[in-house]
Amino acid sequence: MRNAILSLRHAPFALFCLALFLLIVVAALLAPWIAPQNPYDNAVVDFFDSNLPPGSPAGMGGMTYWLGTDALGRDLWSAILYGLRITLTVAATASMLALVIGVLAGLVSAYAGGWVDAVIMRLVDILLGFPTILVALTIMALAGAGTGNLILALVVAQWPYYARTARSAALVEIGQDYIEAARCLELPHWRIILRHLLPNSISPIMVVLTLQLAHAVAIEASLSFLGLGTSIERPSLGLLIANGSREILSGHTWALIYPGLALAALIFTVNVFGDRIRRALNPQEA
Amino acid sequence: MAAYLVRRLGQAVFVLLLVSFLVFMGVYAIGDPVQMLVPPDATAAEVERARVALGLDRPILVQYWLYLRGLFQGDLGTSFVYNQPTIDLVLQRLPATVELGLAAFVMSLIIGLPLGLIAGYRAGSVADDGIVNGSIFAYSLPNFWQGLLLILLFAVQLRWFPSGGRGETGTFLGIETSLVTASGWSHIFLPALNLALFNAAMVIRLTRAQVQAAMNSEYVRYARAKGVPEGRILMRHAFRNVLIPLVTVLGLELGNLLAYGIITETVFNWPGMGQLLINSINVVDRPVIVGYLLIVVAMFVVINLLVDITYTLLDPRIRLGGKPA
Repeated sequence: MRNAILSLRHAPFALFCLALFLLIVVAALLAPWIAPQNPYDNAVVDFFDSNLPPGSPAGMGGMTYWLGTDALGRDLWSAILYGLRITLTVAATASMLALVIGVLAGLVSAYAGGWVDAVIMRLVDILLGFPTILVALTIMALAGAGTGNLILALVVAQWPYYARTARSAALVEIGQDYIEAARCLELPHWRIILRHLLPNSISPIMVVLTLQLAHAVAIEASLSFLGLGTSIERPSLGLLIANGSREILSGHTWALIYPGLALAALIFTVNVFGDRIRRALNPQEA
Repeated sequence: MAAYLVRRLGQAVFVLLLVSFLVFMGVYAIGDPVQMLVPPDATAAEVERARVALGLDRPILVQYWLYLRGLFQGDLGTSFVYNQPTIDLVLQRLPATVELGLAAFVMSLIIGLPLGLIAGYRAGSVADDGIVNGSIFAYSLPNFWQGLLLILLFAVQLRWFPSGGRGETGTFLGIETSLVTASGWSHIFLPALNLALFNAAMVIRLTRAQVQAAMNSEYVRYARAKGVPEGRILMRHAFRNVLIPLVTVLGLELGNLLAYGIITETVFNWPGMGQLLINSINVVDRPVIVGYLLIVVAMFVVINLLVDITYTLLDPRIRLGGKPA
């Protein structure tokens, strides 16, 4: 893993993407302090300023809408920063939960073998037989829109990827002498799994994490776009784009383009970085 | 082979039953469908009458059992909204979805195979870097935003193509399709391109990896030593290697076409099955949601089965019934 990160030195573009990604995360975290407007505060948002093009001054004075406003008169730049927060919160929470559940299931599956392995892996195979977006969409169709359901849908759709990776990484380790030694010492099972198997299976799991994080952002945006995601009052980037797309025929392109650029930049930077680590860990694939 | 087939079929039936049960139960979480279907000023007695008429007053397990029994007779229930059998509704929209998927499928190969060949043949070059990063970029652009940008550029600004809808359809071999009319072609181009870009990125990466591996192999070095022309080495030796893994990816691609087709159909207002699903979710048309999901799951089970079988036929090293590689 350390070698993989060190190899980034020779990949300036991947480093640039990592920096850009961190910048986006920091901007999202600091949104309440750096955004010129709180887009959820109806006392600040001026409805008469709806659909203003980028660079327009606010009707009440005091600020300039550098990226324009949306159909509700919200400053688009502020809405994007706040939307990034929601997008990142949902994607990061879901990815971490999926990682914990998936990795545990995978490690237990590899360690226990037998029917436990068979049951878990059959379930994983069934879920992996369908595209992630379809699994998530099915859950949203049944459970209804909302942030909590969105996270649930992403976790159900993504844990099998972690489980499969953790299991195959652990299977390699289980054949090793140190695991045999730990078993002979009669260490508790949970200790062997968490202290011996987990640390040695971590690199491939980190690759899956980066790629699935990008995927989670994309799926969240797509579901929100379909109206099956976050709530209207606090739109994520996907919903901002959906709202922007209603203005498409009237030529108001900014509400569609800028949130999309933010979303694309987020997904692209994570993907480039993840792809680089993956290639560094599997040299024959480079 | 027969034992393998029987086992895979049993598995498929199990998956279908499981999904039908989960989906049927899950739909109850959305809300009371009766409330959505009666006028807002209906009296309690009218609501009850509607509930009995729709069979929604029976215990949920009885409802599921009746549903399941209907399934085996090809009865997927009747839409609350259209008052038409679900199976008819979905089948009416199947041709639109299939033709869009087909067009996108062909387009993804036309874009993906040559670019992957170039990138793999010149691995490490500027062209390779450009193609790889370009494919990550195409893969990273969210499908629906990509579609909206296509509409913005080609339909709103340039006015080359219409922004949505299916256009005129003609009849070819008894099937209504828009692939036989000029208007149909102009309508299908943008949505098909939108749906194809995602898969093209996948085809590029796979082709590149396979070609690159082949170019470094002993048999290509031998062919070079023999003096076989480069073009022939590329097409006859390296490219052939791509075909086996391509079958798996094509299976995945068909799945993606079905799943991402839902989004593309919504963006381009394409009257296919995916659009039907989203509309049905919005009006809580339960039988259509359940019916659609079951039909799609069935299609996936069949696709996965066919891919597995093709794969084992193409590569005898994969032992039937053994652990998947």
